[in-house]
Amino acid sequence: MSALHLNLKVWRQKNQQSKGEFQTYQVEANEHMSFLEMMDVLNQDLIEKKKEPVAFDHDCREGICGACSMVINGKPHGPLSGTTTCQLHMRHFKDGETIVVEPFRAKAFPIVRDLVVDRSSFDRIIQAGGFISVNTGQAIDGNAIPIDKDTASKSFDAAACIGCGACVAACPNGSAMLFTSAKISHLGLLPQGKMEHTRRVNNMVSQMDEEGFGFCSNIGACEAECPKGISLENIARMNRGYIKASLLD
Amino acid sequence: MNLDAKIPVGELSEKWTKYKSSIPLVSPANKRRIDVIVVGTGLAGAAAAASLGELGYNVHCFTFHDSPRRAHSIAAQGGINAAKNYQNDGDSVYRLFYDTIKGGDYRAREANVYRLAEVSASIIDQAVAQGVPFAREYGGLLENRSFGGVQVSRTFYARGQTGQQLLIGAYQALARQVSLGNVKLYNRHEMLDLVIIDGKARGIIARNLLTGKLERFGGHAVVLGTGGYGNVFYLSTNAMGSNVTAAWKSVKRGALMANPCFTQIHPTCIPVSGDYQSKLTLMSESLRNDGRVWVPKNISDAQAIQQGKKTGAQIPEADRDYFLERRYPAFGNLVPRDVASRAAKVECDKGHGVSPTGLAVFLDFGAAIERYGKSKANVLGIHNATPNQITELGEAVVSEKYGNLFEMYEKITGENPYKTPMKIYPAVHYTMGGLWVDYNLETNIPGLFATGECNFSDHGANRLGASALMQGLADGYFVLPYTIGVFLSQEIRTPKIDTQHQAFVEAEQNVTHTLNQLINVKGNQSVEALHKKLGKIMWEYCGMARNKEGLTKARTMIQDLKKEFWSDVYVPGTANEFNPELEKAMRVADFIELGELMVMDAANRNESCGGHFREEYQDEGGETLRDDENYKYVANWSWPNGQDEAKLYIEPLKYEFIKIAARNYK
Ligand SMILES: Cc1cc2nc3c(=O)[nH]c(=O)nc-3n(C[C@H](O)[C@H](O)[C@H](O)COP(=O)(O)OP(=O)(O)OC[C@H]3O[C@@H](n4cnc5c(N)ncnc54)[C@H](O)[C@@H]3O)c2cc1C
Ligand code: SF4
Ligand code: FES
Repeated sequence: MSALHLNLKVWRQKNQQSKGEFQTYQVEANEHMSFLEMMDVLNQDLIEKKKEPVAFDHDCREGICGACSMVINGKPHGPLSGTTTCQLHMRHFKDGETIVVEPFRAKAFPIVRDLVVDRSSFDRIIQAGGFISVNTGQAIDGNAIPIDKDTASKSFDAAACIGCGACVAACPNGSAMLFTSAKISHLGLLPQGKMEHTRRVNNMVSQMDEEGFGFCSNIGACEAECPKGISLENIARMNRGYIKASLLD
Repeated sequence: MNLDAKIPVGELSEKWTKYKSSIPLVSPANKRRIDVIVVGTGLAGAAAAASLGELGYNVHCFTFHDSPRRAHSIAAQGGINAAKNYQNDGDSVYRLFYDTIKGGDYRAREANVYRLAEVSASIIDQAVAQGVPFAREYGGLLENRSFGGVQVSRTFYARGQTGQQLLIGAYQALARQVSLGNVKLYNRHEMLDLVIIDGKARGIIARNLLTGKLERFGGHAVVLGTGGYGNVFYLSTNAMGSNVTAAWKSVKRGALMANPCFTQIHPTCIPVSGDYQSKLTLMSESLRNDGRVWVPKNISDAQAIQQGKKTGAQIPEADRDYFLERRYPAFGNLVPRDVASRAAKVECDKGHGVSPTGLAVFLDFGAAIERYGKSKANVLGIHNATPNQITELGEAVVSEKYGNLFEMYEKITGENPYKTPMKIYPAVHYTMGGLWVDYNLETNIPGLFATGECNFSDHGANRLGASALMQGLADGYFVLPYTIGVFLSQEIRTPKIDTQHQAFVEAEQNVTHTLNQLINVKGNQSVEALHKKLGKIMWEYCGMARNKEGLTKARTMIQDLKKEFWSDVYVPGTANEFNPELEKAMRVADFIELGELMVMDAANRNESCGGHFREEYQDEGGETLRDDENYKYVANWSWPNGQDEAKLYIEPLKYEFIKIAARNYK
C-alpha cells in the first residue's frame, strides 16, 4: 500500500459574515482511502493539535444522499466524472500533489462554515411544486396505469438526481436549471405527474429565480460535473414546458 | 409497570380492519388546534409528517440533516416487499406474514406483523401515485424480484436505488404539506431531550445546529422516526450521522428499550480494508439472486489468494465450496441474512477466507453471466455463439440489473467485478431492537410514538430483506396516522403546550449542562477515537457471535470506556456555534450507554435466535438453538439513570395463529 504525501489548500471560513482564506496542511494518506477519509485523517490530526477541524457535509459516503459537496482542484466533486466527493478514492491522486479544496460557491448557497454551505433553497424549489398532489390513501392500484419501460426508465434517469448542487457550483451563472429541470422531467414524464406539469414548471421556475439562482446560458458545465449523469435534455424539456406555461398566462 | 400491547381481540385477519374503524376520530376543527411533533424525515418520519399534515394536524417536523431528503433511508438499495401477488406465484398476505415471523425466528408479535403484511400492498399503490419510477416489464406492469428467506418474488425495486426513490416520494409529499402550511420544517435541528408534563410527552428540546442555540417546541404528542443505532459498532453500513440520541434521551425519560441486542449483520458488504476506514458499504442482497457465494475448498488455495499469489478465477470448479448451496439446498444463496453471515464467518474462521485479512468470501457472477448470455443469444437468434459473445451478452444483462452496484464496487475496491468475483464479508447493518411500542406504536410514555427502525415492532430477532422500507412506510403512511387518534382524541381540550412550563425549563437546563460538560472535559482524545474503541468492543463481544464470558468482560470494558470518555474527550469550539464535533460527542456518549445495555440484554438472553447467536446455544450443525420455554418474550429495559442495574420488563409473546417451529432453510 503506497503512502501519498499531500499538500492540501483548504478554504477556511468561520461563518457567513467572516472573510475566508486558504490554509495549507500536509496530510499522509494512502490510495485505498476515500477523499473524505483523507479529510478525516486531516481532522484527526488537527484535533490532536487542539485546533479546529475542517467542517464539511457528508453522511452516506456512498454517493446517494447528496450531502458531500467539495470543489476539488476547481471541479465540483473532483476530477473523476460521474463520482461524488465521497466516492472519489485517493488512488486518483499522486504522491506529492497539491490539492485545492473549496466549498460549492453560489449566491443561493451561503457558506455556513469552511466547506459547508446552506442548500435549503433546493428544498424550497421542490416545495414550490416538485410533487404530485396525491394524499395518502387516495391511490389506485399500482398496475392500473401501465407505463412503458422506456418512459419509466427516462423518468428514473431524471429522478436519480441527488440534490447535491454540483450543477449550481459548476455554472458560472450559478443557475439551478439542471436540478429543477430534472425534477420536472422525473414527474412530467409519468402519466401520474402530467396533470400538474404546466403549473409545476411555472411555480418551480419562479421560486428558482426568487432564490437568487442565475439564468441559463447553455454552457453545459452542469451536465459535465453532475455526478449522476443528469442530462441537458431535461433543460430543453423544461423550457418547452415553460414556454407553454407562459403562453397560457 | 403494566406492559399492555393493546392487541385487538378477534381473528388475525380482521383485527386491523375492525380496530381501524373503531378508533375515535378527531374533528377537522380540533385537528387544526393540535400540534404534533415529528422527529425524523426518513421514510417513517416523512411519511408520518406528510400524512398527518394531510389530515389537518399542525405538524412540526425535525431533522438534523440539512434537508429531509438526506435521511439515511435514501441509501437503501435493493427493494421493498409487498404482498401483491402480481407474479401469480402463490404469494399472499398470510405468506408475507408467515415469512416475516419465521424469518424473525419467532420473536415478533403476530398481530403487528399481520397488519404490516396487510397494508404492504397500499404502499406500492401510494408510491406509484407519487411518481416513484419502479422497475417495469416491457408490458408496462411492475416488475418483481426475490430476496432472502422467501420463495416468491414480491420485492418491488427501482434499480439499485429503491430507498432513494421511495424517500423522494415521501419527501415530495412532505414538501407539498410544507407549501400548504400544514407542516413546518426544521432542518439542521437535533432533538436532545424529551419534555414530559404530567406523565405525557409534550415537547422536545432541539439544538439549532447552525447557531448552537437550544430551542423549545411544544406539541400534544411527539412522534419519533429517528432511525436505527447500528453505528454503536462504529463501522456499519449506516450513514455516518445515524445515531440513537433521540431514542436514548427518551429512555432517560422513562421509555423502554426493547431487545436492544437484536442486531442484523448483513452478509454482503465490502470487506474492511484498513484502520482509517470510516464506514462499510453494502452490496445489496438482491445480488444473491444471481451471485453464488463460495470459498476455496483447500486452505492452501485460500492462503495463496490471501497472499496475492492466486486469484479466484484460477480456482477450478471442483475446488470451490459453494457453502450456502451445500448447507442449505432448499434456499441456497438466498437463506436469510443471519444464516448467510454466520456461514461466511465459519468458513473464514476455518481459514478459507479470500482477502489479505482472511475475512472475505467470494460472490461470483460467472455462472449468471453465462446463463444470461446464452439465453440472450437465443433470443437474438445467434446460434453457436462464441464464449466471448456469450460473456459479452451476459455481462450486459447483469449490468442492466445491478450496474450501479458493480460500479460502486469498482469505485471502492478498484477491481472489476465482471471479471473477478466480488469479495464480501458480513457487516453491521440494521437494528431490530428499539423503543418498545404497543399496537398503536405508542411507547410506554403516553403521547410518545415511535415509527420505523427506531421501534422494535415487526422483525423479531432477524429482519428479512426489503422489509425495513415496507415497515417504515407502513408505520408512517398507514398505521400511525390512524392510531395516534386513540391518544389525540382525548386531548382536544388540551390548550397549546406552554413552553415556559417548568418541565421545559428543566429539560433545557439538562441539555445545556451536558453540552457544557462535553466541552469542558478538554481531554486528549477525539470523539472519533473513542467511538472506534467502543465499536471494537461491541464487534468483538456482541457481534456475530456472543458468549456469557465475553459479554461479562465487555460490560466492564464499556464502563471503563465511559469513564475514559468523560475524562479524556476533546471537543473543540463552543456550544454556541455550528460545531459538528460537539454533535458527534453527544451521540457517542449515548452510544456508550446503549452499548452497555445491549451487552446486558445479550447476556440475559440465554438462547440463540436470529441474529443473536450465543455460542453456548447451538446444535451440532452450528444452527441456532432457541429456548421457547424461557425466552419467547420481548425483553424491555428501563434504565433512566444509566447506572447500576437496568430493570427488565417482559412482554411474553403469544402465538395463537401459527405453529412455532425450528427455523429450517435446509
Ligand atoms: C445501505 C443500506 C441499504 C438498505 N437497503 C434496504 C433495502 O433494500 N430494503 C429495505 O427494506 N431496507 C433497507 N435498508 C434498511 C432501511 O433503509 C432502514 O431501516 C430505513 O430506511 C430506516 O428508515 P427510518 O425512517 O426509520 O430512519 P432514517 O431513514 O434513518 O431516518 C432518520 C431520520 O431521523 C432524523 N433524526 C435522527 N435523530 C434525530 C434527532 N435527534 N433530532 C432530529 N432528527 C433526528 C434524521 O435526520 C433522519 O431524518 C438498508 C439500510 C442500509 C444501511
Ligand atoms: S442535477 Fe446533478 S449536480 Fe445537480 S443537484 Fe442533481 S445530481 Fe447534483
Ligand atoms: S456523503 Fe452522501 S453522497 Fe457523498
